[in-house]
Amino acid sequence: MNANTEHGDGTNGDTLRPDAEQIAALREDMLRFARLQLRDSHLAEDVVHEAIAAALKSGDYQGRARLKTWVFAILRNKIVDVIRERSRHPSEPYIEEPEPELEGQFKANGHWKREQQPSAWHDPETSLANDQFWVLLEACLNELPENPARVFMMREHLGLEVKEICIELAISESNCWVLMHRARMRLRKCLENHFMQQDMNS
Amino acid sequence: MNCKQATELMSQGQDRTLSKRERMALRLHLLICKGCSNYSRQLAFIREAMQRFRER
Repeated sequence: MNANTEHGDGTNGDTLRPDAEQIAALREDMLRFARLQLRDSHLAEDVVHEAIAAALKSGDYQGRARLKTWVFAILRNKIVDVIRERSRHPSEPYIEEPEPELEGQFKANGHWKREQQPSAWHDPETSLANDQFWVLLEACLNELPENPARVFMMREHLGLEVKEICIELAISESNCWVLMHRARMRLRKCLENHFMQQDMNS
Repeated sequence: MNCKQATELMSQGQDRTLSKRERMALRLHLLICKGCSNYSRQLAFIREAMQRFRER
């Protein structure tokens, strides 16, 4: 594919259109992405279907961006639309309930309990090259409770700013911080439990 | 500052710019707290892992 084609008006007729076959090949990745974000496989199917249809119809792709990056940008927007729609009809309110599981890691004075203290992970960088690590990460993400998961995934997976997330979900900023913090606490704990038990780097 | 407050601040530090005062207090705490300085490295690692995860 010629990434250097420079023309804005498309008058010479060689505007690069997205290739249907190439987009179809991305479908599995798109589904996984959407499922992780929406936690609803039917909804994920719908969104991916819409994103692919939109990608095929769009004339915007002129070989400038990597196809995958471009298609995923469309998918992200579709997912944000779904989340926005959903937050207008919330199935459950975003209430900050205390989470004893997380609170219980600290003593009454707010310092770590000795056995809960985060440990030094041995060479975590190496584990990024390990397929097992990604399976573990996905499992830990799926274990997050719904609300912290949604906020965290919007931030770290969809790449939105916290301000945008609060607006989309119609929740206060302080509520957003709390949910984000809880997600990170849980994720860290989940990774540590497994990191420590099996040596991911061997 | 205790560890509970430090972990909250570290999380916020990933999403907004902390004030000078907050940064100072946090830095002081991390100097004396092994658990929290490990936590801090873990958060940075999680961010990096999520970035790679997105690009996979």
